[in-house]
Amino acid sequence: MSAPLHLALDWADWLNLFGHFLLMSLMSVGGAISTSSEMHRFLVEQHHWLTQEQFNQSIALAQAAPGPNVLFVALMGWHVGMNAGSTAAALFGVLVTMVGIMTPSTIITYTAARWGHRNRDLRAVRAFKQGMAPIVIALLLSTAWIMASSAGAGAAAAAGAPIASAVLANWPLWLTAIVSGLIIWRTRIHLLWLLAAGAVLGALGLI
Amino acid sequence: MNAPPSSLPSATSATSESANRPRSLADLFISFTLLALQGFGGVLAIVQREIVDRKRWLTQEEFIEDWAVAQIMPGPNVVNLSLMIGGRHFGIAGALAALAGLLTVPLILVIGLAVLHDRFADSPVVAGALHGMAAVCAGLIGAAGLRLASALKKSPMPLSWCLAISAAGFILVAFLKCPLPWVLFGLGGLACVLTWRRLA
Repeated sequence: MSAPLHLALDWADWLNLFGHFLLMSLMSVGGAISTSSEMHRFLVEQHHWLTQEQFNQSIALAQAAPGPNVLFVALMGWHVGMNAGSTAAALFGVLVTMVGIMTPSTIITYTAARWGHRNRDLRAVRAFKQGMAPIVIALLLSTAWIMASSAGAGAAAAAGAPIASAVLANWPLWLTAIVSGLIIWRTRIHLLWLLAAGAVLGALGLI
Repeated sequence: MNAPPSSLPSATSATSESANRPRSLADLFISFTLLALQGFGGVLAIVQREIVDRKRWLTQEEFIEDWAVAQIMPGPNVVNLSLMIGGRHFGIAGALAALAGLLTVPLILVIGLAVLHDRFADSPVVAGALHGMAAVCAGLIGAAGLRLASALKKSPMPLSWCLAISAAGFILVAFLKCPLPWVLFGLGGLACVLTWRRLA
């Protein structure tokens, strides 16, 4: 477990956060989740505004709750604000990150939807859509990798083990991630069952 | 996408060929709220059933068309689709009503969950449960990537090129921690140009 963060954020920091999420909105072809590895780099590694646990929790809670997955962004804003010291800051964080992640993509989609619909057979439209597919896949797999390996690294560090052996030390966690991925890939089982199973295994201390 | 154009309704016409349409902004808001609340782990699977099969706001063909556009636009696909449906019937007000419906109540719920979680964060049981759920989510996101990968077979690019680009992107982001704009504009731009040339 990493230590709790106590941040002193000024307006330049909030603006920086807002600007980054505006940028992520523009990048979020394939959904906001495909930009989450970049959010991790920015929030956790570069600025230390979020702990690794908070990052993982934001995604896990948003997946477990009803609604669009993009709400994980609101939780990241919430946690940044809480790290800055107050519920008011947390609500402000939600506002900053959600307005940031929604605004550019919303405007672009609204104005471009009809154009895209009318010109769907255009060579450039098809080239963009089909050319971006391998990138979207790479981004999703990167997010999965970062989530699994960082959860493992966190647990290994807590146990005093070197990070390098995290994968071996946390084989049950990796096994859970891989098995649940294969089940979701190959079956139509409701996600809630798998999340519940993961929660139970985790609560019992098995992974 | 590949349907004959004659079967497609005009994108610009205010009226839709489907039987029903949202009655009001409130109808849009409530419908998308209910839709969002049914969608655990993402709303994607629920949308088609509710909007096409039950409410009949879109025909199957219209849905496929809109979904394709929603996917090439930045932003979450479901959010993009709600904007397009709301906007078609009630303009910007409709787009905003649908978007607000999709986000408002789920946002309050998810923040409530986060507050509850923070209160019990010191409990090893809660921490363990979240830890386990994070592992499942990692698998979930990975599975979404693998599921999309089957679409690469239909790419104008050879499958080997697609896989090479995917692998390069994965290494750049997961291991080399390369900033996303570089990957999107560099590698993504390259992929689009290669695809464009193959489409000739």
